[in-house]
Amino acid sequence: MSVAPGPSAFDRAAITRSWRRRHTLTSSLLTVFTWLVALLACVPLFSVLYMLVVKGGARLSLAVFTELPPVAFEPGGGFGNAIVGTGVMVGIAALLAVPAGILIAVYLAEFGRASRIARIARFCIKTLTGMPSILAGVFAYAAVVLVTGGYSAPAGGVALALLMLPTVVLTAEESLRMVPQPMREAAYGIGCTPTQAVLRVVLPTAAPGALTGIMLAVARASGETAPLLFTALFSDYWINQLGTIELMEPTASLAVLIYNYSGMPFENQIELAWAASLVLVILVMLANGAGRLLGRNRTGH
Amino acid sequence: MAGEPAKTGNHGGIARAPAAGERIADRLFRGGTRVLTWLVVLLSAYIVWEIGGSALPAIREYGLGFLIGTEWDPNAGKFGVLPQIWGTVYSSFLALLMAGTVGLVIAIFLTQGFLPAKLETAFRSIVELLAAVPSVVYGLWGIHVVIPLLRPAADWLHAELGWVPFFGTTLSGPGMFPAALVLAIMVLPTVAAISQDALRAVPHKMREAVYGMGATRWQAILKVIVPAASSSIFGAMVLGLGRALGETMALAMLVGNSNQITLSLFSPANTLAASLALNFPEAGVVEAGALMYAALVLLAITLIVNVIGASIVARSTRRLEGQA
Repeated sequence: MSVAPGPSAFDRAAITRSWRRRHTLTSSLLTVFTWLVALLACVPLFSVLYMLVVKGGARLSLAVFTELPPVAFEPGGGFGNAIVGTGVMVGIAALLAVPAGILIAVYLAEFGRASRIARIARFCIKTLTGMPSILAGVFAYAAVVLVTGGYSAPAGGVALALLMLPTVVLTAEESLRMVPQPMREAAYGIGCTPTQAVLRVVLPTAAPGALTGIMLAVARASGETAPLLFTALFSDYWINQLGTIELMEPTASLAVLIYNYSGMPFENQIELAWAASLVLVILVMLANGAGRLLGRNRTGH
Repeated sequence: MAGEPAKTGNHGGIARAPAAGERIADRLFRGGTRVLTWLVVLLSAYIVWEIGGSALPAIREYGLGFLIGTEWDPNAGKFGVLPQIWGTVYSSFLALLMAGTVGLVIAIFLTQGFLPAKLETAFRSIVELLAAVPSVVYGLWGIHVVIPLLRPAADWLHAELGWVPFFGTTLSGPGMFPAALVLAIMVLPTVAAISQDALRAVPHKMREAVYGMGATRWQAILKVIVPAASSSIFGAMVLGLGRALGETMALAMLVGNSNQITLSLFSPANTLAASLALNFPEAGVVEAGALMYAALVLLAITLIVNVIGASIVARSTRRLEGQA
């Protein structure tokens, strides 16, 4: 406790607290209140996890991963295609957002640190962080779906990439800035060009931090629903149903499946929604945990 | 990019001047990152332009009356978003009221030495984990856990205190309060995290001075530390508000998609983001145009709130750090 003066000169036993003093009473009441609120705040998380394990766990089986979504009154079924679809779209998003994000971060932290365009770009990226995810969907609808003429996996990927980009850039920029200046100077000293210094010295040193950002962005993107609703839509079939991989068709995703099934009056679909939620939360938490672990190693040394 | 082979030892030592090819590669790489940085600025402008451009026909058609119209009837061609704006603002403020109180208390709990350092870290991770659960899962949880749980209490409040406008209706299923409650849970990590940063930024000397004068822990917290961090905490609330205003899925699943303006906590309502999610997939051309206008309104609101919040946080952190 920060109040305690530690092993000090005066007799600690002589400090007494009397309940008749107003300060003691208010202090204790406030402390109890604080504890209660803090414990209360844990309830939702544990309730969600409990429901996921009980309701979702009950329905979890191999079939859930290998079968297609059932129609209205059909029993059984699964969401294998939605897992694949989520993977494909998050993959597309990462392919778009990660390389671009890292290079932008390199410009912001290394080459153009104080330039006007860097300041403008930083402002834009911070603003993008706060953009509602549904607007990423609206944008991808207008810019991709209307242009290519249909709902597709790349349209969903573009919407997700838009949400990933700010996280990737901001965390990568921060970890690039944490690389000690002498390392760059040493690289220049042996005749590296700024590019070589960045690619061979600075970026590898900053990689764990940047990876943390990437994993957090992937975790967030895998759970996003709103941007996919009218860009990738949903599909009851495998992405390679017709023998070839059909990217330019509506694509299933775990998040949209949960949304579609959550309000259905069929017990089977609701059970599947819980099971899909469990799978999705496990995927998100794994990505999140991996990111945090990388981040901890970085601060460790 | 720029994958030249590592040539070492041309001139005896490790160090040597870059070759001409390496200089060109350097130029190209630096130019490339610069171009990408420009592109992200253009992209931001393009997003506004694209959404604005798609909304333009509807803006011409309905003008500013769109913002104060209360009817949304695609068949009659009548579009107004005042109920959605009301629902967005009302749900966000309710959520912020709950998340702000709890978030501030948690921030105090985690920064003022109530727990040993290890437990503090563990507890912080629990609160942060709240942010990792996807919003659609919160929606599912809300439908199947929160609403059934709240219903008896809500109906009792309506029966006993029905004359109070907040309890004016029964909770027949989805409604404003369950939506706002789930929204509060989702905003809580944001508010708690930024408030913790704010409290931690209060200079240590200030705390020592208060304790030195014989203040109790709570006197120090309430009279000195929280007031010193108050503007950053206010900024945290505004950023939480920005997050709440744009949150979509939990609201789309819990708020009830009903365009009405009411104070009642238990009546179904609608928000801008939720109505986009619910109506866009099945919208015809005319309605899609109107929804684009609504999207533009949402973009404007969140943009303004976020810029204000970020600048408050930035300014007050600078000031506190200046004092340290």
